[in-house]
Amino acid sequence: MTFTDPNTTTLPEDGTVRELGERGTTRGATILRRVFAAKRARVGAILLVIIALWAFVGPLLYPWGFLDQDVRAFGDPPSLNHWFGTNNIGQDIYAQTLVGLQKSLIIGFIVGPAAALIAGIVGAVAGYLGGVWDRIIVWVIDLLLVLPSFYILVLLSPVFRSLSWLALVVFLALFGWMVLARVIRGQTMSLREREYVKAARFMGVSGATIVRRHILPNVASLLIIDATLGIGAAILAESTLSFFGFGVQPPDVSLGTILALGSTSAVTRPWLFVFPAGILVVTVLASSLLGDALRDAIDPTSGATSD
Amino acid sequence: MTEPLLVVDNLSVTFVNGSSRVHAVRGISFEVRRGEFVGIVGESGSGKSVSSMAVLGLLPSSAQVTGDIRFDGQSLLSLNDRELSKIRGNRIGMIFQDPLSALTPVYTVGQQIAEGLRLHDSALSRESAEKRAVELLKIVGIPNAERRARSFPHEFSGGMRQRVMIAIAIANDPDLIIADEPTTALDVTIQAQILEVLQKAKEITGAAVMLITHDLGVVAGNADRVSVMYAGRVVETAPVLELFREPVMPYTIGLLRSVPNMASSRAHRLVPLEGRPPLLTVVPTGCPFAPRCPAALPKCLDGEPPLVPVPGLPDDRLAACVRADEIAAGTLKRSEIFPEPEPVPAEEIVEVARERVLDVVDLKRTYPLTKGTVFRRTVGTVRAVDGVSFTLDRGRTLGLVGESGCGKTTTIMEILELAKPEAGTVKVNGIDTSTLGKSERRALRGDIQMVFQDPMASLDPRMTVEEIIGEPLTVTGTNSREIRRRVETILEVVGLDPSYAQRYPHEFSGGQRQRIGIARALIVEPKILVLDEPVSALDVSVQAGIINLLEDLKLRMGLSYLFVAHDLAVIRHIADDVAVMYLGRIIEYGPADEIFDRPRHPYTQALLSAVPVPDPVVEHTRQRILLTGDLPSPSDQISGCNFRTRCPLYQLLPEDKKRVCEVDDPHERPLDGRLVACHHAEMSALLTSA
Repeated sequence: MTFTDPNTTTLPEDGTVRELGERGTTRGATILRRVFAAKRARVGAILLVIIALWAFVGPLLYPWGFLDQDVRAFGDPPSLNHWFGTNNIGQDIYAQTLVGLQKSLIIGFIVGPAAALIAGIVGAVAGYLGGVWDRIIVWVIDLLLVLPSFYILVLLSPVFRSLSWLALVVFLALFGWMVLARVIRGQTMSLREREYVKAARFMGVSGATIVRRHILPNVASLLIIDATLGIGAAILAESTLSFFGFGVQPPDVSLGTILALGSTSAVTRPWLFVFPAGILVVTVLASSLLGDALRDAIDPTSGATSD
Repeated sequence: MTEPLLVVDNLSVTFVNGSSRVHAVRGISFEVRRGEFVGIVGESGSGKSVSSMAVLGLLPSSAQVTGDIRFDGQSLLSLNDRELSKIRGNRIGMIFQDPLSALTPVYTVGQQIAEGLRLHDSALSRESAEKRAVELLKIVGIPNAERRARSFPHEFSGGMRQRVMIAIAIANDPDLIIADEPTTALDVTIQAQILEVLQKAKEITGAAVMLITHDLGVVAGNADRVSVMYAGRVVETAPVLELFREPVMPYTIGLLRSVPNMASSRAHRLVPLEGRPPLLTVVPTGCPFAPRCPAALPKCLDGEPPLVPVPGLPDDRLAACVRADEIAAGTLKRSEIFPEPEPVPAEEIVEVARERVLDVVDLKRTYPLTKGTVFRRTVGTVRAVDGVSFTLDRGRTLGLVGESGCGKTTTIMEILELAKPEAGTVKVNGIDTSTLGKSERRALRGDIQMVFQDPMASLDPRMTVEEIIGEPLTVTGTNSREIRRRVETILEVVGLDPSYAQRYPHEFSGGQRQRIGIARALIVEPKILVLDEPVSALDVSVQAGIINLLEDLKLRMGLSYLFVAHDLAVIRHIADDVAVMYLGRIIEYGPADEIFDRPRHPYTQALLSAVPVPDPVVEHTRQRILLTGDLPSPSDQISGCNFRTRCPLYQLLPEDKKRVCEVDDPHERPLDGRLVACHHAEMSALLTSA
């Protein structure tokens, strides 16, 4: 129930008109403050930073390289010398886990935002242009959505087995944008009817400029959320593929390949499995926490806003 | 002396949200006597709706309510929700602004009325409740009541739904009907119908009515007594005639002078109320109106003046102003408090050659009506714009008026597309838009610009004022230094401080935002400005400032306006020529004074008579021509004249003359210095004499 009637109300909805002169708190700053007011967001962000630092700085402070073999320690449990133990050919699990984590993080941090970017551009173009273009793009999106992406990646794995892991990044990004693109398209269609977009059209501003200047900034919040949530999803997808041998290929390692090697002896020598698996879980969890908190801060209607 | 029906005593409502407190209503007292029609007027945020919600006990739990509300001797604030529910809907009827959200979509309207009846009278059988529901629908003027009682709310138009709401409100023969902005969402001809029904409902039930509105005209024509609210307080209470004739609170005086009046000529300039209402988050220490009041004295700032009887006036005149006695006695003249703003000095008015800037001939726009999702097929056409022709000369203002759905907005959108129209021609500056190439079209856009209705929605919230206003210049590749210079100049032209350039739209009030919208349209120095309801989203006191600005700019810059509005009083004030639209057609077109003073088309007559005039004397003496029914859908096929279904003149005509209306579609023909699309316009005097 509203107490100010919408036909006559000219004040902002929260009833507080900010005095002119008070400066510096823009919408962006407000959102940031709201994001980090949530405990989840702080935990997620701090965890992600620590994990990333650890993955990239850790190996420099550790005597063993990820391919080095310690001939005096085959399949040893964790010790002061080998923090996470060694595998059956004497390779250090800690070093391998960190290098695998590096690769997984890189893939996640590229694929998540890349998929969001594709989604933003394709969705905004479809929504803004409408008509035939819209129908073609939606048709492509629907087609990609009904194709089981995992199965296609498996089928295509011989192709990118010969290429580097970057090919995997491209494929993961190519199959990760469709749902968001549909959302962005819907948003754009409603934004297109906004008066400021009409105003820009009647000024003679070109379509590409309108999309860049008015549409994308107004759906940016959605894109940021999805890019963050997408990091965790991409890491998980990469690990799954690598686990089954369709993803990152030796000599490169990722968390998935380490898990695959360790899984056979998960019962007898649990350190081969438990440490990489635990780190994978924590990484995905951290990015999801941050993404969730972002979504709640930007779009208060999306779900629980309290911690 | 018996106690009045409703007594509100020192009522305060505070909304607590975390650490912020909004003092929506601060210690107001008023009463409603039995059978009385009380109007409560105020701008948005004045606390008028909150007061009525408090009476009904419908405030959310975040509201802290103090004071006392006594209904028929019973204190309402001490009752719990269950006890209140017995009074609500039974002894107090409610009518809300939005009739769609006030009705449940999954039950028929008959069921909803019957539910209200049986809730408060358990002895009533289902059959008799339904019979009574049909009777009630007949009372509020719903045709085919038996059949319509079995319809769902979405099958009714806005006006019909509001009638249903009135039927529910009067179902249990209440003692008090509270109507909160009951006609704000409706068109004027429908508004006139609803107000008529409300008066009828009041007569039948003998109930008192508390009407909450922002529209002074609605109050003038209906209320017996009026309370004016400002910043959470009642600032003046008076019988309606006295309030409009000799208001004593400067706010009321200013409000009355800021409203464009359809009955008066346009020679007068409107008086804007400068400034904006105070924030409700802080309790004012002095008179809350003092910062905007030209008659404010230093003593106005010590302590808020109470609402007390005005010395030297009858007991029923109350005002909250320390200078009320001076104003009442005439030592402080009302016209001196708010002097009319100076007109534009003659040397600043640019001379314009009489040239045609816009020429629209037989413009048409239809939309196919399709059915089915897999196999789309066209089942009909919506003729949104059906052959519209008009011209606009340099330095003139053409007002395009009509109710919602008549095609005004579609017409201007078709013009602004600057593309080849579906049918007809559009010439801007003598250039036929169907012949334009892409770059020529872009160049022509500099000549025709638009100002939108909603000043919030038309400004991108993520851009600064400078970026917004400068956006049209980016199209022509102007460099940023030049853009900055011109933005600062134009900000001053529209009456804003150039230092505002780096701020964001949400930091401005509605009126300031609309000035930004006007600045954006003017920065490319266009010849034509298309204004789509530019003041309808603003409070009345702010409207006057924008209308004055538009008038000044027209004279100073030699602009031509195509001014679209549903508010006829605004059009009367600003337009040189008027085109009245009905169902995609222009039905009367000519000089504004001619049309407003002597309308010839029956629709124009009805439209003009439906507009409430903020002057109770005029309201009570003039004749109303009420239209029956709603605006037909533009997809309906009506043979002959498309106004025939609602035409009051058609019903008065003898059978032989009706014939031509049924078969022949009237074309615009000249009559009395204007164009009229009616076969029998000569006989339109019948309507006013009948």
